[in-house]
Amino acid sequence: MSELTLGRAAVDRDRLLRLLQDYGVYLGVAVLLLVNIAFTPHFLSAENFRTQAVQVAPVLIVALGMALAIGSEGVDLSVGSVMALATSLISLYLGYGAWIALIAALVGGVLVGVANGALVAFIGVQPIVATLALMVAGRGLALVLLPQLKDVRDPGLRSLGTGDVLGIPYLVLIAAALALLVAFVVRRTTFGRQLLAIGDSRPAAQLAGLPVRRVLVLVYVLSGALAAVAGVLATARLTASDPTSLGNLMELSAITAVVVGGTPLTGGRVRIGGTVAGAVLIQLLTATLIKHDLPPSWTQIAQAVVIVLAVYAARERGKR
Amino acid sequence: MLSASSLSKTFPGVRALDGVDFTARAGEVHALIGENGAGKSTLIKVLTGVYQPDQDAGELSYDGRRVSFSTPLEAQHAGISTIYQEVNLVPLMSVARNLFLGREPRGKLGLIDFRRMHREADAALRELGVRVDVQRPLRELGVGAQQMVALARAVSVDAKVVIMDEPTSSLEPREVRTLFGVIRMLRERGIAVVYVSHRLDELYEVCDVVTVLRDGKVVHTGSLGDLDRLRLVSLMLGRDIGDVQDEGLTKFSGEHDAAAEPVLRAEELTARHQLHGVSLEVRPGEVVGLGGLLGSGRSETAKAIAGALPTDSGRVVVAGSPVRTGSTPAAIRAGISLLPEDRKAEGIVPGLSVRENIALAALPGLSRFGLVDEGRIDKIVDTFVKRLRIKASGPHQKVGELSGGNQQKVLLARWLAMNPKVLLLDEPTRGIDVGAKAEVQKLIDELADDGLGVLLISSDMEELIEGSDRVVVLKDGAVVAELTGDAVTEDRLMRAIAATPAGGPPVE
Repeated sequence: MSELTLGRAAVDRDRLLRLLQDYGVYLGVAVLLLVNIAFTPHFLSAENFRTQAVQVAPVLIVALGMALAIGSEGVDLSVGSVMALATSLISLYLGYGAWIALIAALVGGVLVGVANGALVAFIGVQPIVATLALMVAGRGLALVLLPQLKDVRDPGLRSLGTGDVLGIPYLVLIAAALALLVAFVVRRTTFGRQLLAIGDSRPAAQLAGLPVRRVLVLVYVLSGALAAVAGVLATARLTASDPTSLGNLMELSAITAVVVGGTPLTGGRVRIGGTVAGAVLIQLLTATLIKHDLPPSWTQIAQAVVIVLAVYAARERGKR
Repeated sequence: MLSASSLSKTFPGVRALDGVDFTARAGEVHALIGENGAGKSTLIKVLTGVYQPDQDAGELSYDGRRVSFSTPLEAQHAGISTIYQEVNLVPLMSVARNLFLGREPRGKLGLIDFRRMHREADAALRELGVRVDVQRPLRELGVGAQQMVALARAVSVDAKVVIMDEPTSSLEPREVRTLFGVIRMLRERGIAVVYVSHRLDELYEVCDVVTVLRDGKVVHTGSLGDLDRLRLVSLMLGRDIGDVQDEGLTKFSGEHDAAAEPVLRAEELTARHQLHGVSLEVRPGEVVGLGGLLGSGRSETAKAIAGALPTDSGRVVVAGSPVRTGSTPAAIRAGISLLPEDRKAEGIVPGLSVRENIALAALPGLSRFGLVDEGRIDKIVDTFVKRLRIKASGPHQKVGELSGGNQQKVLLARWLAMNPKVLLLDEPTRGIDVGAKAEVQKLIDELADDGLGVLLISSDMEELIEGSDRVVVLKDGAVVAELTGDAVTEDRLMRAIAATPAGGPPVE
């Protein structure tokens, strides 16, 4: 009798943890929205929502690539440096036209991705080490290319950063489109399925004849390219190239968004919807604390608490 | 010197050791043998303090006193040295430092006296016939030489008991000779040696006493000289030998289907330390069993054929055309499918659904322009779930939640979806319940009847004998016999395994 109820309690607890891991992030977003609507003056305005959305866009785009890397049982620490590299390349090539600069930035991101992927897939370096190397090297290269802050005066780029369609900023539209695209890739393509299988059990994927190396390289190439896009958009919005500070700690925000969104660090699963909500959650958290005049360091502490909660939920569930 | 009496060790759900008596005497080399899951490793780990035996069940005594080791370190300090299959030393440190790790000779100020250490290390290794620069990092040495360093370390700590767990698995024949020399030297010094190996030839060469474990119990213990090979093999496998005694072993040539072109031909597959020129053929519709003891190279042969084990030489030919070795995708394209032995770690993708697991290998063929064709997957999954009678709550249930038998069926479905020509089944029924086992065995028969070539590996003698048309017997990574027709019996198989090699110990 008592054993039976005990068993049921365990099942209930398991279900609760699963719900928390899968949907806790949406609950968090909802709670923060309600709290802000109730207590923050001028929160409920189109202008404020636009600001929040524009600020979250680059983080979200980087987090999309991060979700792929984490889903493959890896991680990409070089994303922040890729943003810096992208901004340097833009300034460097803007003289040849906005499009050339844009392409140069993207190529930079892809090349970093190729290097990461090759280290991970062919040489067998752990992702955290491989991408750490590129994180250091990438920022260094960005600073060599562009040693100091430089204004970006190109009108095309400026309009990319500030323009909108029917009141929705370009940045937000691009981020949304990319989120849909990555979600589609994960769900509907061979690559997406293979990525999940590799993340869940690499030996099994290998014995099943999957092109493990090719898939892993592609994961890091996509992550690099997405980070480069985020770098371009951030540059357009700030109307300046600042390789020293752009993308600093971006890898941590992205990992937080992914993990809080319910993608387990152990791989084999990618939740794009959750990742979007995760990025929004962090943004709202930051905004809430700032609007209530708390020092920015509080944001980091709050972020840490959220990460611990998310990882705790995932771990407790993994135990069973 | 070291003895255990009625020792038991229980893990959740498993009784790994059940009332085991074991005594290692000074100046004696004691062979400890048994098949997979017999409890050898558990026993060693209890003896060396890695595991604690069950409370109130048996006792351990050492040097005449009752003892209990709560950590491996305690056992080491007491004088029990263990050499594991895998070298457990520090690869980046020098050879000498590894030898003296934790007991470095000290100089006046308590600093390490490197000159003395190097001198003594050099002397210790020379004694074992190993000449290396002791100041070089250990990892620069070959595996065999590293093994010798581990041995030198074990010997030089003034051990009273030395336990060796398959020490020869990565040694060259010449190094094996050195090792045996060292073992004999240890015996003369009055040290108790416990020797674990699957290589019968080695056991008969160096061991005095043998203990055979099966299912966590001691089934035999006594002098090795009094036990002939056949009896030893039958004890290990838990099978009786028939009445017919010495009726020399003959190779039988296949009489059935001999005309048919083989669908799989493996020629002289060789992989360092693992396979020595393994050749075999499988014809369409035929189930060929791979017999042999643990460590005889059965799984390695299957993996080499499937491209999952790099080979040094040898060819794999499927339906007349050669396949690039060492590449899983190439083998799969050629029509070879492998159900690996470790189903949980290398077979299923536990977090994915039944549906995704079945479609996994066939995915590129079920996609257009990289987009997955969901309709076709549904159709294939539906077909195989019905045909193989896979029991799941639905195609979207996670495979990790299924029973072992159903997991195995999902894997079979994954490969059948590829329309293979050859199925390599490594322990297809291990760890699945009796009902599911019969079902899987029936499926294998059906598949062979449909014209597939099947290579079956099984530690279950009965399954191997009854399921196979022919049995190729492996020993120490080489084919030693082939049984066909009426010769496919347990007796013959055990005789083949126990047979003395024609030209003395294995030579390369």
